[in-house]
Amino acid sequence: MSNVITVNHLIKHYRKAKTNAVDDVSFNVEEGEFFALLGPNGAGKTTTISILNTTLAKTSGQMEVAGYNVDTQSSQVRQSIGVIFQNPSLDLNLTAEENVRFHAVLYGLYPYRPSFALMPSAYKRKVKELAEVLGITGQIYQPIKTFSGGMKRKLEIIRGLIHNPKVLFLDEPTTGLDPESRQNLWQYLMEVRKKQSTTIFLTTHYLEETEDSDRVCIINHGKVIALSTPHSLKKKFVDEYVVVDSHNREELQKELLKHTFQFEGNGPFKIPLQKNSAQEVVSALKTKLSVLQIHTPTLEEAYLEVIKEDHE
Amino acid sequence: MSKSFWRNLNAVAMISARDLIKLLRDRTRIGASFIFPFVFIGILGGSLDANLSKDVGYNFLVFVFTGVIGQTLFQSTASGIISLVEDRQNDFSQELFVAPVSRYIIILGKIVGESLVALVQLSGIILLGILFRVPMNLTQLTLMVPGLIICCLFGGAFGTLVMANLSDQRSANQIFPFLIFPQFFLSGVFSPITKLPPLLFLLSRLAPMTYAVDLMRGLYYSGRPEYSKVVLYSPAIDLAVISGLFCVMLLVGTVMFVRNERNK
Repeated sequence: MSNVITVNHLIKHYRKAKTNAVDDVSFNVEEGEFFALLGPNGAGKTTTISILNTTLAKTSGQMEVAGYNVDTQSSQVRQSIGVIFQNPSLDLNLTAEENVRFHAVLYGLYPYRPSFALMPSAYKRKVKELAEVLGITGQIYQPIKTFSGGMKRKLEIIRGLIHNPKVLFLDEPTTGLDPESRQNLWQYLMEVRKKQSTTIFLTTHYLEETEDSDRVCIINHGKVIALSTPHSLKKKFVDEYVVVDSHNREELQKELLKHTFQFEGNGPFKIPLQKNSAQEVVSALKTKLSVLQIHTPTLEEAYLEVIKEDHE
Repeated sequence: MSKSFWRNLNAVAMISARDLIKLLRDRTRIGASFIFPFVFIGILGGSLDANLSKDVGYNFLVFVFTGVIGQTLFQSTASGIISLVEDRQNDFSQELFVAPVSRYIIILGKIVGESLVALVQLSGIILLGILFRVPMNLTQLTLMVPGLIICCLFGGAFGTLVMANLSDQRSANQIFPFLIFPQFFLSGVFSPITKLPPLLFLLSRLAPMTYAVDLMRGLYYSGRPEYSKVVLYSPAIDLAVISGLFCVMLLVGTVMFVRNERNK
């Protein structure tokens, strides 16, 4: 797999700032990868995205997106990317169709015509398809003021994908959406990814959204402090363990000692799963249990550990 | 014609069409564009006319009417360009800045669009002129049309220069009125500025709006007996000053804007 984004020693120093907002950051993103950039507020995520999407100049470093130099070939870079911003970027005075039309014209896909009826037939077909995907066939010609937050976000994503970008940048795309809309949006994104093998570059504060990502990069104070797969991050930073308890604690404790399971506490007992699997532990126990919990680490826990360690 | 030429032309058409659509769908804004000229021409112009016309020797309402035309076009286009700063944080403008379109094309599209908006708003003023029986004939109006467009473009260039120096919405809201309101009075929209104390004279001749207002009057009053009393400079001189300022403001403004935009 070749890299679709390369970042080498990126530094960004804002005018009048005391420290670097992005401080010697390097990473690559492979083609088709689902890459998540995580970090606390002010860590440098949006700065990094802004530099990659050519709206902000770097202080130093080399960057390429889709094979183009971010500094010298910014127009080609912009043509190859789609960006979903933190703040909504739809024009509320326009209809859904007009928002899409204006995007398509700006990206040079179709010539501009003052009304939908005058647009080329290829465009009309595409819009009808999109309306079906969105489930808004009836409302596509209405001003989007009345749309729900989730629907607007979906429309932005559809619009951002209309020029078939190689990379889709999503800067906290689900902030402010209700759980149902969020789930809906992710379902759609994952479908698109499967169909078009678009690279996804995501920043978010909802860590569960990154569980399915290929790799996560955690930055803090402008520096990369972890870059790995979610699996290995969790493995490295969070313990997997089983918690058991019984009304007959003495019996249970004897049994644990007999099987030489390491454990913590005098009941409930916490058994770290380093040597044994959860199944091995559970099937070895004959004492009737009153509590049985298998703790599988989440990326959120791993993330919090990484940040905590960095602060120490 | 090359492909990129057509592509840029389409982008300009689209950016300007958006401004026009926004205006046409905003009823409050359309209403406001009729109310302000009414206040300026009807109330201010009317009362000044009743009290001063005899002394100055020309119809004051017509004087204010012609001034308001230049002022409205100049100001409306300028403040339209400033809105690019105001809504770049939210709204469609973010989308503009990340699209594969050069910043120069964005500014050009914005100037064309806001000029169209200003010209639509002008219809309110013309309507008021007819209502207050401002004498107008076809030759005069035809002569004024290029002047109207020039005033818009001039305001656009002024707006670009101001915008390039404003970093956010707050400074835009605070600084822009400060730059525009003094020009109302310095440019002689409501009061004659042929005779002024030295300092005010200097300031009035430095205010870009002065030349927009004077150009409109030069075109309207051409061939009329009041011409020499009302008009400061011949349209040729106004045009020369406007062209010079237009080029400088647009060039410096655009270059600064493009540079500041990315170098934060």
